[in-house]
Amino acid sequence: MNLTESIRTAFKGLIANKMRSALTMLGIVIGIAAVISLTSIGTGVQASITSQFESMGTNILTIRAGASSSSSGVRGAFGSASTLTLEDSEAIATSENAPAVLRVAPQMSTYSQIVSAESNISAQVIGTTPEYQLIYDLAVASGDFITEREIDARSRSCVLGSTIAATLFPDSEPVGQRVKLGTLQVTVVGVLEEQGGITSVDDSVIIPLTTMQARMTLGRTTSGTHNVQSIVVQAINADEMDAASEQVTAILREQHDILDPTGDSDDFSIINMADMLESLDEVMGILTVFLGLIAGISLIVGGIGIMNIMLVSVTERIREIGIRKAVGAKRRDILLQFLTESAILSLIGGFIGLLAGWLGSLLISNISISGQQIPAAISPDIVVISMAISVAIGLFFGVYPANKASRLNPIEALRHE
Amino acid sequence: MEEVLLPPGAAARLWDKPRERELKNGKLIMIEMINITKTYHIGTIDVPALRGINCHIETGAIAAIVGPSGSGKSTLMNIIGCLDQPSSGQYHLDNIDIAGLSDDDLARIRNQKIGFVFQSYNLLHHADALTNVALPLLYGGVPDRNRQALQALEMVGLADRAHHKPTELSGGQQQRVAIARALVNNPSIILADEPTGSLDTHTSEEIMRIFTNLNKEKGITVIFITHEPDIARYAQKIIHIRDGMVDSDGEVII
Ligand SMILES: Nc1ncnc2c1ncn2[C@@H]1O[C@H](COP(=O)(O)OP(=O)(O)OP(=O)(O)O)[C@@H](O)[C@H]1O
Ligand SMILES: [Mg+2]
Repeated sequence: MNLTESIRTAFKGLIANKMRSALTMLGIVIGIAAVISLTSIGTGVQASITSQFESMGTNILTIRAGASSSSSGVRGAFGSASTLTLEDSEAIATSENAPAVLRVAPQMSTYSQIVSAESNISAQVIGTTPEYQLIYDLAVASGDFITEREIDARSRSCVLGSTIAATLFPDSEPVGQRVKLGTLQVTVVGVLEEQGGITSVDDSVIIPLTTMQARMTLGRTTSGTHNVQSIVVQAINADEMDAASEQVTAILREQHDILDPTGDSDDFSIINMADMLESLDEVMGILTVFLGLIAGISLIVGGIGIMNIMLVSVTERIREIGIRKAVGAKRRDILLQFLTESAILSLIGGFIGLLAGWLGSLLISNISISGQQIPAAISPDIVVISMAISVAIGLFFGVYPANKASRLNPIEALRHE
Repeated sequence: MEEVLLPPGAAARLWDKPRERELKNGKLIMIEMINITKTYHIGTIDVPALRGINCHIETGAIAAIVGPSGSGKSTLMNIIGCLDQPSSGQYHLDNIDIAGLSDDDLARIRNQKIGFVFQSYNLLHHADALTNVALPLLYGGVPDRNRQALQALEMVGLADRAHHKPTELSGGQQQRVAIARALVNNPSIILADEPTGSLDTHTSEEIMRIFTNLNKEKGITVIFITHEPDIARYAQKIIHIRDGMVDSDGEVII
């Protein structure tokens, strides 16, 4: 008996026991569907977070006040110490010793209730400089971004993120209208285009840094300099990130009179987006593997289900095996029949599981959780691997029952009731 | 025919000493058994089912095996049909020494030389008549199976029931399907263990007539077990078994 014939025989056997076949397949279907949907969501989320981070700029350094490590004793919370000043930012921007630095934007932010004639919302207010627009490549939908003149004049103007604009002015053009940031009355000079991304400016209001320092926060240190919360530095390209980081560090140490070259006494810390992206990618990768492993367990359970049913099937069909042997089936024929049956079961189960997993991940990616969609990306690797795994499961868990069936003595099998 | 039956290596082993045996009356021997015993072991207890069977059956004969229940008829039949190996003794089937053949060799002999008919029909329930009849051809690797299976069904007068499942057939019809399956391979010998045991007298006679026709027209050797004297009369030779031994073995005078 050749393979096509044993496949045909196996199919007939499976069709003759539709219910049993379907139930056996269910285990594999669920297992493969779980593997496919979980891993595709894992890889999808990973890809989307990565691209969001990339869209935020892989050549951007963020300098925050306060040390990042606690190696030199007890420190205040990350970013709590007000050691970073506008003067630091200007020093970096104007220094001859920072050739790797392209642009610098100092930044402060606070939360405030924002009230328009039509509506109100609580949102983040960012005080910064015109460089900010260039660093983050923010396109303006209408009006203009904050200008150098407005910075100098500490003018009461603001630029709205797209979501904020839509919330505050659902029915009218925002540019030219007035809004209140807490007690501060400002005029809308521009609206940004939608940016997307995870830490989005869509939900923020941008005002001149000087305006914020003068009118919204207690922006002066005891020495009379101007505090900023962070300084955003754009390197000339992604390859110059390390150089930019070193140059910025040197300038800031000089500014803050820090002589210790080890970095232990630094009162600032530099966050490198590229490094963050890398470690984030790593974590996400581990998460995907982990999800896959969990789903893999259900695959094994499905495989044991196949073995179980095939064993039952062998017992149920002892007489059939006896008949087949009596008319000339060899051990190999019976072995092949049962093995093909379980392989077909798991292959079809795997295929249905693949479709179900694909549909499932589509479904999940259509559900948005707090406005954030979970993207799904089915990788061809996973498809191939899971199909291979399901056939392997069928063969592996089919071997024992098949072998048992093939060894039956024809007489005893025929006598079986 | 022998070349087709076994692979070259096995053929050399099995046929190095051809035993074309003839009886004095010039007839060939299909079955020859010398001192065949079969002992079943249940735990530590030995159950001797056959205790030295000596008999021969001519090619082209119809033989009946009769005897009381538990005398060893089925055990003997299973050994004749290569479904089981004897504990000791010599057995030649169509000049092939059966002793010491591997399971696969036995399967090949069952497939190509022997047709079985059982009291309980032993058809596959989920398959239709045609598929059941074609089953030996499947394992014989024969192409064009359905045509041959249909021919076999025609021979037993059931061509119009080819696509009926066993559950849709009467007992007599099921047994005829089983006979079609037994003869589809053009076997040298058909073995039937109480083929009419579950059938009424009329149907039994129909079945026996099919056997006699096959014997006459195709020269197939037929051996059957029966408890009914009326059925035993279809045989030319009756072998009486008692307590695992041949009681008497002789021609039937009708
Ligand atoms: N698989 C077995 N294991 C143990 N003992 C067996 C087995 N098969 C048969 N026997 C014993 O061998 C003896 C002969 O059995 P067998 O089935 O050959 O009798 P039989 O002549 O066919 O009887 P019946 O007319 O009732 O069918 C009986 O004593 C039986 O108990
Ligand atoms: Mg019996």
